[in-house]
Amino acid sequence: MNLDRLLPKLGEWLRSTGPESDVVVSTRIRLARNLADHPFTSRATLHQKTEIEAKLRDCVTRLELENPLSYIEISHLEPLERQFLVERQLISRELANVMEGPRGAAFDERESVSLMINEEDQLRLQVLRSGLALESAWDEINHIDDLIEAKLTYAFHEQFGYLTACPTNVGTGMRASVMLHLPALGLTKQIEKAFKALQKINLVVRGLYGEGSRASGDFYQISNQVTLGKSEASALADIREVITEIMRYERLARSALVRENRKSLHDRVARAVGTLQSATMMTSEETMELLSSVRLGIDLKLLDEVPLPLVNELFLHSQPAHLQKLMGEPLDGEARNAARARYLRSRLRELGASTN
Amino acid sequence: MKCQFCDNPATVHLTDIINKKKREVHLCEACAKANDLIPEAQQELNVPALLQFLVGQTKGGKGKGESADLACPHCGMKYAQFRAQGRLGCPADYEIFRAALEPLLERIHRSVRHEGKTPRGFQAKRQELDLAELQEQLKAAIHDEKYEEAARLRDLIRSLRTVE
Repeated sequence: MNLDRLLPKLGEWLRSTGPESDVVVSTRIRLARNLADHPFTSRATLHQKTEIEAKLRDCVTRLELENPLSYIEISHLEPLERQFLVERQLISRELANVMEGPRGAAFDERESVSLMINEEDQLRLQVLRSGLALESAWDEINHIDDLIEAKLTYAFHEQFGYLTACPTNVGTGMRASVMLHLPALGLTKQIEKAFKALQKINLVVRGLYGEGSRASGDFYQISNQVTLGKSEASALADIREVITEIMRYERLARSALVRENRKSLHDRVARAVGTLQSATMMTSEETMELLSSVRLGIDLKLLDEVPLPLVNELFLHSQPAHLQKLMGEPLDGEARNAARARYLRSRLRELGASTN
Repeated sequence: MKCQFCDNPATVHLTDIINKKKREVHLCEACAKANDLIPEAQQELNVPALLQFLVGQTKGGKGKGESADLACPHCGMKYAQFRAQGRLGCPADYEIFRAALEPLLERIHRSVRHEGKTPRGFQAKRQELDLAELQEQLKAAIHDEKYEEAARLRDLIRSLRTVE
């Protein structure tokens, strides 16, 4: 498969068509699974990894799904191509750079489903959705899991549930994450207060790119921590409850901002657009911050010409691997920041974007 | 606030809230670094070290040596290796290291028993076992001439079979 084919496209989950898209960017659910009677990936010999990969690849590529999957062998890819898939969230950083030996990923045209083989666990299933869509994401991943389970025997324990390489995932093996955009809570410095709602139950807050990443551009990922002793349905209900509360805080903060600080908010959005249209050097952090303001401006109708999915597209395309593919050459440091600024400038000028 | 390990001021605070119960660990930077809880630069949290720290806290003084040398006959993994790496070697490890893992799972998840999805194959196997067990009880009831009990068991078996 030629990965360049994906370049002009936007995964369905990035199209801002899902429920509550003003605040919730996307929903992701993943399941960790392993085969019975086989060592976990980190303990497997090359021979065992090859055998496991072949077995799982055979199973996942024959699944009868509405949206067929194509399989990519990751160890054959150049680092740039791997990074490209990481940026599209089709594979994890772990699968791209940390794991060794035979491993791969199967994903569909929509980029909604991705099944990773020989990750930390032998099989990691992932479903992505636009907006807040925990139930529909669960239905789809559960269905795929059922289909695989009908063909293979998973490592499952009467008491401990689905067995995983790391004890933090054992039980359901399920991690559900919701990505939120909370600019108004950030601006009004209420973010800490809002996250207190999370303390009611054991949820984790992370930055945009998951574990270890910093929250930037007011994007936050919220996910469940506990996988043992709490059913999938009940874990999803906990997350939904907290997200509902945070969405309410964010919307209240947005309307208060418009009511009380309309002028300075307007100025902020206009400056963000202006900088994106004219800067000649741009880091990814700054891009995030500026696009975050643009996104807020669109939602508050301070900005007409920029459609919401375009903001997502610019987020994606200004990531290092995407940028280098778009420019058709390897770029680092200053050259990359200059290319990023050039790219953003031309895309925003195309639209003739201006604030109301 | 003072560090739990020494008298220096505590600057690293780990708070963990599970089921509305709050647990806090307060350490000074030196002790946190000594336990590898904070990375040198802006890196990811050291998960294996955190796990090890939690395991270490759970185990207390007794029995520390015995489980560290325990090895899994299937994958050869030693418990000490798991403590260092934070990853288990194979599914059987959960059974082999059960005694040491249960307190750790309790700490991480506040539970040691799975709730939720169960593979269909596994459900069927369990139901077979349940049925076999009921059949045995039914035989025993008839043998002991406990006919009321026998009738109840017979109906139960029937209803389970029709669900299948």
